[in-house]
Amino acid sequence: MEIPRHWRLKNQRYKLVGEVCPHCEAKLFPPRDICPECGQEAKTQYAFSGRGEVYSFTTVYDAPAGFEENAPYTVALIKLQEGPLVTAQLTDLGDQPVAIGTPVEMVTRRLRSDGDERGMLVYGYKFRPLLEQQAHPA
Amino acid sequence: MIDVVIAGVGQMPVGEHWDISLRELALQAIEAARADAAGLQPQALIAANMLAPAVSGQAHLGALIADFAGLAGIEASAIEASGASGGAALRQAVMTVAAGAADVVLVVGIEKMTEQIASQVETAVAASIDSDFEAVQGITPTAQAAILMRRYMHEHRVDHACFAGFPVVAHANGESNPNAMFRKAISREAYNRAGLVSDPLNLFDVAPSADGAAALVLTRSELIPPDFLHPLVRISGSSLVTDTLALHDRLDILAFNAARLSVERACRQAGILPSDVDLFEMYDAYSIYAALTLEAAGFAAPGQGWRLAEEGRLGLDGALPISTFGGLKARGNPGGATGVYQVVEAALQLRGQAGANQVTGARRALVQCLGGPASSAATHVLEVVN
Repeated sequence: MEIPRHWRLKNQRYKLVGEVCPHCEAKLFPPRDICPECGQEAKTQYAFSGRGEVYSFTTVYDAPAGFEENAPYTVALIKLQEGPLVTAQLTDLGDQPVAIGTPVEMVTRRLRSDGDERGMLVYGYKFRPLLEQQAHPA
Repeated sequence: MIDVVIAGVGQMPVGEHWDISLRELALQAIEAARADAAGLQPQALIAANMLAPAVSGQAHLGALIADFAGLAGIEASAIEASGASGGAALRQAVMTVAAGAADVVLVVGIEKMTEQIASQVETAVAASIDSDFEAVQGITPTAQAAILMRRYMHEHRVDHACFAGFPVVAHANGESNPNAMFRKAISREAYNRAGLVSDPLNLFDVAPSADGAAALVLTRSELIPPDFLHPLVRISGSSLVTDTLALHDRLDILAFNAARLSVERACRQAGILPSDVDLFEMYDAYSIYAALTLEAAGFAAPGQGWRLAEEGRLGLDGALPISTFGGLKARGNPGGATGVYQVVEAALQLRGQAGANQVTGARRALVQCLGGPASSAATHVLEVVN
C-alpha cells in the first residue's frame, strides 16, 4: 500500500476539504481543479460541513482484499448539504434501519488495513446517522 | 469512405478454462477467426483485456499474443477500458483499417478471471473505479450497481421483481448457445427466490465473471475475393465515449450519458436511427444496467426500460431482440473479451449463422459495451453486405 498517496489526501480524508469555484460558486467534492459546471479553474479550498443524507446504499458481503474484516458493511452515496454526492461507508448503525433520506454526518474511522504486509492502516471519512439531539435541536 | 468489414470471427466457450493458459486461450480464438477469414494475413494485432496485469501478473499482451500466435514482428498492443475494452479495441482496429495504416487487423479479446480467490478478483475489478474516492471506501462495481438499482426503484417507484425479464430473456437465449457459460433457462419465480448479492441486487441480477477469448479479423471490403466463403459484415458506425469515472460526480446517476451519446454518434455515422436495428447486443452485466442502457439508447423513457422486458419485446422473436446468445448474464462476462464476443455474436446473426439463436431476417445490429457504470461506452453498428 502506498503511503504518500494516502498522506496526500489527508485534507479530504480527515476534513472533507473540497473546492469552491470562484467563477460560478459550484461546490466540488472530491476536488478536481477544473469546474465541471463552468469549465474554469477552481482551486479555492472549501471545507464541507460533513452533514448530508443517504442518497442510495447497499451492503457489501464479498469484500475486496483489505476490507474483509469489516464485511458485511454498508456503502452509500451521500448527498452533502452543500450539493455534491460522495461515496462513503455508513458506520455506527447498530440496529438502526437505513433508508434513502436518512440524515447523516461525517466521522473519521478506519477504512482498511493492508493485513500483515506492513501493518499500515488507512483512516478516512465514513458517515453515521445524525445523533438524535442534533437531528432535532431543542 | 473506406468500407471496413469483418472478414472472420472466432470464439472460445466462456467458462472456467483451468486447463489452458491466457496465451493458449487467445491463440485458439485467433486461429478460429483466421480460418474463418480464409487465411487473410494480419498486419496488426490489438488485444482487449482488463485484468491480466492484476490477476495473471501479465502485462504487455500485444507482444505476448502476437509472438505466441506465430505473428511475431507485426504491430501489436493492448487496449484497456475496463468492461468496454473489447469495443475500444475494435474501434482502434476500425480506425487503423479506415486510415489505411494496415490492410488486415486482428482484434482479440482475452480474459482470465477464475484463477484467483474472490477477494483478489474483486480488488482487481475495483481498480476500474476511482481508486482515491470510491474503491478506498470498499465499494465495488457490483455494489455500485446495487446502489443504482435501489435509487432507480426509489425514483420510479418500482419493485425489484420488475427486473426479472432481463435475466429470463438472457438465460432463455443462452440455453441454445454452445459457447455460453450457463445453458439453462430460468423462471421468473427462480429470479424472485434468488439469494441477495448486495441488496437489492440478487444472484440473477449479476453476470458471472468468466474466462474467455474471442477474435475478429477486419479488413477493407475491396481486399475480399469475390467468391468469399461467407457473407461480410460492414462496420458502419463506431464510437467510444466517456463520462465521469466516479459515479458520485454525475448530476444524474441514472442517466448513463456516455451510453446515450455513444449510440447517437454510432447511429449518426451509419445514417440510421436506433429504431432501425434488428437486434441489440447490450451490456447486461447487471439487470439494472440493461434497463438504464435501453433508456439511454432511446428505446424507452426514463424509468420505463424494464417494461420492454416485462412485455416480452426483447426475446429472439420480439421487436428488439437483445443478448441473443445469452448476453453477459448467461453467455458469461469475460471482462475485456466481452465486447469482442458481442461483435462475434452480432456478426453470426447478420450472416444468418446463428443456428437456434437466429433472429429472423437480421440485417443490422447495434452492439454496445460499457466500462463501469457507463464511464466508458463503446458502440458499433454492424450491417450485412449485400
